[in-house]
Amino acid sequence: MKGRSIGVRRLKDGLVRALATLAALVGIAFLVWILYVVLARGISAINWDFFTERPAPPGMVGGGMASAILGTLWMTGLAVLLGVPAGLLAGVYLAEFGQNTRFGEAVRFTSNMLMGTPSIIIGVFIYIIMVVPMNNFTGYAGAVALAVIMLPVVTRTTEDMLTLVPSALRESALALGSPRWKVTLGVVFRAARNGLVTGTLLAIARVTGETAPLLFTALNSPYWPTSLNEPTGNLTVTIFNYAMSPYPDWQAMAWGASFLITAGVLGATVFTRSLLWFRSQ
Amino acid sequence: MENTIAFQSLQGTSAVGATTASRADETTHPSTVGELPVKISARKLNFFYGDHQALINNNLDIAANKVTAIIGPSGCGKSTHLRTYNRIFELYRNQRVTGEILLDGDNLLDPARDVLELRRRVGMIFQKPTPFSMSVFDNVAYGLRLHYKMNRSEQQERVEKALRQAALWDEVKDKLDKPGMALSGGQQQRLCIARAVAVEPEVVLMDEPTSAIDPLATAKIEELITTLKENYTIVIVTHNMQQAARISDFTAFFYQGLIIEFGATKKIFTKPAKKQTEDYITGRFG
Repeated sequence: MKGRSIGVRRLKDGLVRALATLAALVGIAFLVWILYVVLARGISAINWDFFTERPAPPGMVGGGMASAILGTLWMTGLAVLLGVPAGLLAGVYLAEFGQNTRFGEAVRFTSNMLMGTPSIIIGVFIYIIMVVPMNNFTGYAGAVALAVIMLPVVTRTTEDMLTLVPSALRESALALGSPRWKVTLGVVFRAARNGLVTGTLLAIARVTGETAPLLFTALNSPYWPTSLNEPTGNLTVTIFNYAMSPYPDWQAMAWGASFLITAGVLGATVFTRSLLWFRSQ
Repeated sequence: MENTIAFQSLQGTSAVGATTASRADETTHPSTVGELPVKISARKLNFFYGDHQALINNNLDIAANKVTAIIGPSGCGKSTHLRTYNRIFELYRNQRVTGEILLDGDNLLDPARDVLELRRRVGMIFQKPTPFSMSVFDNVAYGLRLHYKMNRSEQQERVEKALRQAALWDEVKDKLDKPGMALSGGQQQRLCIARAVAVEPEVVLMDEPTSAIDPLATAKIEELITTLKENYTIVIVTHNMQQAARISDFTAFFYQGLIIEFGATKKIFTKPAKKQTEDYITGRFG
């Protein structure tokens, strides 16, 4: 038996290490690049009016994104209220009660399918079941479409995070005479807290950038939203419209809105994670 | 859960089911503790995981305010036996139990019985420390809040008492609001003991409580166990023969789901009646 050359082993080790590092750098480089481009082009459009004024009609100077920001916040907020609790509970079912049941398998499978469904299809679906019967594009339809997109993301991350919690932890809580639901909410959720929050944030981040489902549901509107029972302005469809327009000031506004979404998602993530970090200290 | 897996892998190698009837005859005699008051007695206890019989006709008396050790090779059923005493086995899928386990004379396997109250009376410590993701104080108060309504100062009293009983108070009294996870492994295990005794159980079950802990911390916990028996009846499953010899008053030797021998620890370790017991404690197998 001949020993393997240490030189070859070192070379292979170095090669794998270098490739992995390179791949990591490529990933980060694109993120930084996108942030840079969006910031460089969008920053000029961001001023006080951007946050306080509604879009100006074509040809008029000025105007802002305030109504679209508000509409996006309203719809995302309602989507979170609808999608996150449902997703959390479905994830609890999969991880705590339905691990090896046929029904659990079916729910898991459909969740995966739903996660892979293009969001434009969800938009068309909500168009058929809400917009057509109500005979109107509404913010409610937009929020429901976003909630449907969030649902499988929250469900699957919840299941994954709860499955990571060691079963010994559940057993010790049960062994203290705790009913099952209290174990889940008081002990298992707490142990998985960081993962659950991250999963919810990912789901929010995912829908904040969605355009296609809103195009078919909330449409868009240059007016201040007074209720969600009417076409509702939002950042992503506004970006879509403005970026396609021939007016340079609209294009700049589209960049500004893109920057706002990116920075908003990034800021919310950093804020929540550091909050969790401080609480664990 | 680990034990479940161990049993299932054992299932492939030994045809326990087929020889059940003949084996059962061997151990129909009760394993009694003489004149001492009995806290728990298992009678004709059989336990199945699916088709595999993990416990065969177990009869065992647990003396009140004594330490009873359960020893035996991996997969012999000792952990399964322990887990019937607080019915925690009900979590596992596809299991079935027959026979009786009397706690102060009442069958605790009776389905009508309130399992939450049973588990308050029969606490349990696990192999790995399992502090909850909350402060040291809240860990100990967790069980208290489940079973008792009490104000903050009463809670503080009970938490301190439990931590003192677990010989942990002096080490944690200044960090009650720190996360339980931040303690060392041995401290975490004592925290779990404090959490278990805080609800004032009558019996404490311990499933290899020191197997994941360093020798010094183990010594502390062993010392703790011998003081705890003044107030609690203790049943401990252990792989460590010296530990059983050091801390227990009675020892039961399990093999392939059967209780091969039971008696005073001194006798089991000096003059075992059965050859299998002798082979095991002298390290010839297991």
